[in-house]
Amino acid sequence: MDLQNQQRVKDAAEKFGAENVVVVLGSSDAEGAEIYAETVTNGDPTYAGPLAGAPLGLAVYHVFEPEIRQEADEAAWEEQISMMEMVLDTEKLGQAVKNMREQYAKYPL
Amino acid sequence: MSNVAVKGYAYCLNHVPELALHYGNTPYVERKTKGDSEFLKQLPGTLQRFDEALAYPANQAYIGGMDLNALEAHPQPWYAHRVEGASRFGKYGEIMPEDEFLGLLDMCDVFDLIWLEESFAARIREKLAAHPFMTPALLARLEKGHSPEEIRGEAEMHHALPLYFGEVPVGCVRQGHDVDECLEAYVLLENLACKAGGVLALLHLFKNAGIAPEDVDFVVECSEEAAGDMNQRGGGNFAKAVAEIAGCVNASGFDVRAFCAGPVNAMIAGASQVAAGARKNCVVLAGGAVPKLCMNSRDHVKKGLPSLEDCLGNFAVLLTPEDGVSPVMRLDALGKHTVAAGAAPQAITGALVWDPLQKLGLGFADVDKYAAELQIPEITVPAGAGNVPEANFKMIAALAVMKKQLEKAEMNEFVKQRGIPGFAHTQGHIPSGVPFVGHACDWINEGRIRRAMIIGKGSLFLARLTNLSDGASFLLEPPQAKKASVDSLTKEDVKALLLEALSDLAVSLGKREA
Repeated sequence: MDLQNQQRVKDAAEKFGAENVVVVLGSSDAEGAEIYAETVTNGDPTYAGPLAGAPLGLAVYHVFEPEIRQEADEAAWEEQISMMEMVLDTEKLGQAVKNMREQYAKYPL
Repeated sequence: MSNVAVKGYAYCLNHVPELALHYGNTPYVERKTKGDSEFLKQLPGTLQRFDEALAYPANQAYIGGMDLNALEAHPQPWYAHRVEGASRFGKYGEIMPEDEFLGLLDMCDVFDLIWLEESFAARIREKLAAHPFMTPALLARLEKGHSPEEIRGEAEMHHALPLYFGEVPVGCVRQGHDVDECLEAYVLLENLACKAGGVLALLHLFKNAGIAPEDVDFVVECSEEAAGDMNQRGGGNFAKAVAEIAGCVNASGFDVRAFCAGPVNAMIAGASQVAAGARKNCVVLAGGAVPKLCMNSRDHVKKGLPSLEDCLGNFAVLLTPEDGVSPVMRLDALGKHTVAAGAAPQAITGALVWDPLQKLGLGFADVDKYAAELQIPEITVPAGAGNVPEANFKMIAALAVMKKQLEKAEMNEFVKQRGIPGFAHTQGHIPSGVPFVGHACDWINEGRIRRAMIIGKGSLFLARLTNLSDGASFLLEPPQAKKASVDSLTKEDVKALLLEALSDLAVSLGKREA
């Protein structure tokens, strides 16, 4: 996760309280999704950004996970996301994020 | 006129592992911020030798030394199954070694920014003299060189950056101004390398298209670099600077910028001028990007893989009026990602693929090959970016399913049939569709395909001016039979037609009298 985005997540957690922030990922790669999820829960694993050593424990989900999908407007989902559902391995992406969430998140939905 | 001929094309790589090691943005920033880190210690051992870069299958495909079908069938990983007997020259261009490229950098420098060490300069002069396209006029541009002390002094006292070959300094790039950040040595190295790459591709294009430098009317350049000073950071222009060195005395030019969508937009800008009759021989070209060298090397090093991002990519394409022989670029059905289209992948794919097809009454299956974002997967997959070309072809297939032109179960077959393997370096603008133009035109000429779509996509949001991305696309097709037009009739043609008509009249009058 790039340094600017780490800072934005950190700022949001400080401003609204970590228990009130949910991070929704749209990464197309499972390995990338896992690292992003780890960064916002257990801290930046590369120790390069503002979240290095900062285990925020945020609730983090991939947009394809059922908890998020069922919250989405059906028509918007169809228009914006349904094509990518056919392209990507949604299960693998969701599982990658879930693994990190179950290990490190302190504030599940 | 809505078609323009693609008359010639050239594709070259500059194998520059030491520029990558020192000035690729990832190692450069690491060195500046962390000093001699573990990553920097390991990186040199992961870079390819020149003979390895020559034999890397994707590199051969880029310069036209290998057919794309052969690349697809080649055992993977490609870095572990190199091509035996690989040549430096392919039918589209060449892979130039780093020492010669440093010489070319100096030949492209008109402000005495590049200094080469004198013995190195002499050695390179000999090597470049044997190059088929280095004319005496170009060779005369190579400087005699400077002493090692002068070069060291320039680096120590005036912020010059050393240039390395064989792990020793063999020259330097000097700053262009004391306080102007737009003219500091790093920026000038980036710009000169981009210019030199463009020159090399253009020299190959002259041969491939069978034209002389003075035949070129206009050059459109489409890299991602910015040439300018602190008062006009991206003032320009690379196009004319490249044309000057290559001897295109009758040409002018301008630059087009749109991140990775630059080349497709530049092709459209160049072709539109040709179609309008404003220019006849219009070249679209770009050199490579030094900062993008070794961009993903951190992941490659971490995973014990070779750092394959050691080549600058460049290309040049010649666009001319339709000639009835060369494949054509259609201008009546261009893909355009409008401001209102939205940023969702399906909106982008719809705008770039479906809209132009609909305009022509065509379906997804009427395009034999699609080409979008052709990055080499062995570079991007270990870095967590996935197989980018394959993802694009899957998106097109998925949209075809949504438009009820394909069954979901047929998606994989669609991708296999109508996609191509990624074979371009992660040089930003370089992979975006245009590397396939050469192969596509050859395949059209050979009757292997009838239609290809070239798609460019650019991440405009990286510049922090807009959250939008951009995209553009065009179709390549076989030439249409040349139609006789009033313009093409000569005086003799008119005379012959008149004589024929008068003779017919005489016969007819004779018959009436009889």
